[in-house]
Amino acid sequence: MNAQAPALRDPRLNRPEPFTLLGDGGFFQRDRSMHPTAHAPGYKSSVLRSPRQALLSLENSVSEITGPVFGHNDLGPLDNDLIRNYAKDGDPVGERIIVHGRVLDETGRGVPNTLVEFWQANAGGRYRHKKDTYLAPIDPNFGGCGRALTDDTGYYYFRTVKPGPYPWRNYVNSWRPAHIHFSVFGSGFAQRLITQMYFEGDPLISVCPILTTIPDKDALDRLVAPLDLNASTPFDSLAYRFDIVLRGQRSTYFENRTAGN
Amino acid sequence: MPQLLNYLKETASQTAGPYVHIGLIPAMAGFDIFEKNFSNVLVTPNTKGECITLEGNVVDGSGTPLRDVLLEIWQANAAGRYNHPADRSAGRLEEDFRGWGRAGSDFESGLVTFDTIKPGAITDKAGRKCAPHVNLWIVARGINIGLNTRLYFSDEEAANAIDPVLNLVEPAVRRKTLIATRNERAGKVVYSFTINLQGPEETVFFDV
Repeated sequence: MNAQAPALRDPRLNRPEPFTLLGDGGFFQRDRSMHPTAHAPGYKSSVLRSPRQALLSLENSVSEITGPVFGHNDLGPLDNDLIRNYAKDGDPVGERIIVHGRVLDETGRGVPNTLVEFWQANAGGRYRHKKDTYLAPIDPNFGGCGRALTDDTGYYYFRTVKPGPYPWRNYVNSWRPAHIHFSVFGSGFAQRLITQMYFEGDPLISVCPILTTIPDKDALDRLVAPLDLNASTPFDSLAYRFDIVLRGQRSTYFENRTAGN
Repeated sequence: MPQLLNYLKETASQTAGPYVHIGLIPAMAGFDIFEKNFSNVLVTPNTKGECITLEGNVVDGSGTPLRDVLLEIWQANAAGRYNHPADRSAGRLEEDFRGWGRAGSDFESGLVTFDTIKPGAITDKAGRKCAPHVNLWIVARGINIGLNTRLYFSDEEAANAIDPVLNLVEPAVRRKTLIATRNERAGKVVYSFTINLQGPEETVFFDV
């Protein structure tokens, strides 16, 4: 007989249930003061596209604490290398950079195996998009998008060229600071987030109508990636570090496994 | 001063912008780059359940459909089970049905479509039956933080009437903004929806 066989009946079931600190797996309430307001008139496109009714607060059910699961089978080997993933006859023009960091949740834990997608303009500030008509040239060797799966600690990295700033129609002389768009999933659909990463020292940051939709100065500063000379590759690429924080999750226990811990 | 909790703060959202397709649906931006792409087709020939098309628009405050919007859906399978380890319900799991898809609106009409199956009813933590629904997430230029809403089904009147989330919506007249209308077209089942960002018919959006 196997000494490890589980008891057929748990004797504790005949006693009152002990108090245990088991969460429901729900996410921490979103702190909306850390986010842009929906209606931010300085960013003119938001005026007709912002809901005016109050959002209906919903306690998280299984529909929100679950979300799509991705794996390495969803990715190709060059997906995190924007210098090579669209190269036709050479490397793209621009400052070669590495972008790296961790996806964490609000408790500070790394978010493992989650999909991070990123896209950007080329070094001249032009997007490879059929709707972009800016006069800067398309780079034949640059697509401008990639993706990565975080490792067990929430770490991700990719290689690219630094995007250029570009003008856009908000005011007649509005320019976007250099930025990289990020899309992150997390473990549940309620953690889904799209944001933009900016570069330390860019003078366009303080006058950007999109960035200044964020009312909290510290929240805005957290979108600015510092130069990380220690992570650079000498004689090859500079590096910038960008950590992304998703909503924290209360614990839940199932099958002797702790999710969210 | 008391001890510090030291929680981190969630990273601020920023708009997906008009060129969201580059990163998330590069074929719509006009180029081919990834070996494998995500799409608006959730079904495979093996997927169990009733095949349906979700079809709709996202409309701005002037009544104009957005032509640069991106939608994602997240849903349970026909047995009411999400393909995620945190769903511990009894329904049968289908490994090859992820339950997630994304779609960009047509650059001319603004129409968004998904080919999927009708999800089954879900049982919540309190044991209550929740009406079949699809969870929706909406991003675009001019949308500063992704909008969460749900689609319920017009032919599920009895289930919708006791659904705990629909019943939270007050005034009750706004519940209809969450219900997609069933039609049959050339033998296919199509559920039509309109997401109104503003106006008297503004869709109910959730702070999840």
